[in-house]
Amino acid sequence: MRGDSGLVVIEYGDYECPYCAKTDRLLAELPIRRVFRHFPVPSKHPRARALALAAEAASLQGRFWEMHDSLFGDQGHLDDPHLWERARSLGLDLERFEADRRSDAAEERVTRDFRSGVRAGVMSTPTLFVDGEAFPGVPERDLLERLRGR
Amino acid sequence: MIEAGTPAPDFKLRNQDGEEITLEDLKGRTTVLVFYPLDFSPVCTDQLSIYQELIQDFEARGVQLYGVSVDSSFCHKAFQEKLNLTMPLLADFEPKGEVAKRFGVYNDEYGTAQRALVMIGPDGVVKWSYCSPSALEIPGANLIFDALEPSAA
Repeated sequence: MRGDSGLVVIEYGDYECPYCAKTDRLLAELPIRRVFRHFPVPSKHPRARALALAAEAASLQGRFWEMHDSLFGDQGHLDDPHLWERARSLGLDLERFEADRRSDAAEERVTRDFRSGVRAGVMSTPTLFVDGEAFPGVPERDLLERLRGR
Repeated sequence: MIEAGTPAPDFKLRNQDGEEITLEDLKGRTTVLVFYPLDFSPVCTDQLSIYQELIQDFEARGVQLYGVSVDSSFCHKAFQEKLNLTMPLLADFEPKGEVAKRFGVYNDEYGTAQRALVMIGPDGVVKWSYCSPSALEIPGANLIFDALEPSAA
């Protein structure tokens, strides 16, 4: 969770999805509390799962949101060497990052997020949840206004 | 569309490898027929790939999924390879959409199946069915799991 006041917004997304990146930018400007859950769809986005695992590996070194922002900030460089570069620039222990992103703990976390999304009826990314209500797609003006508290 | 409690209509369709699959082949286990409009159309891509991600969960509950659309076997083969799908895809190709019509899920306006799910029990009787209100709306995989709960049977 990031942010310390406002409505809680849960976002199901994947790091290779351009609409998720756009949504993430919109949410970043709002006075809300944010939760991100992984919903990788490999047939559309072959790197999605690897990227989710990389974010979880960064999380194990306390740098989840930093890696999250880095991935959504530049979706043109998502191969392994780019991930190592990102990890280095975030000050992560690279050897540990490499082991962690292949670990059962990271796998289980990503799978758990995906399953929780399925149970909640998520079938496309991004899907946001606000007060238990699902909003598939990039948030539209009405929702943004509501989140802004107007 | 076909309702729970109705015996599933008989059918004979070719899969992606050209092999014939009939209702008789489905008996003995729970089956979900996943009717969808077309191979390679963007929304279908999401739907079947998400179901694919859950295939082990379905197997653990003894459920076999089959995709069904009006595309040909060859098209299904290419689509299956593109998405790395393991579920068989059935070609409701000739006469076009005949099986979708028998199950009451054919869309005359578009000339394709509607987005619908039909669960058939081991005895060949329909246990549950669901049709999406619009082609753009993907039936969530959670609906299938809910329908598998004993309380919903």
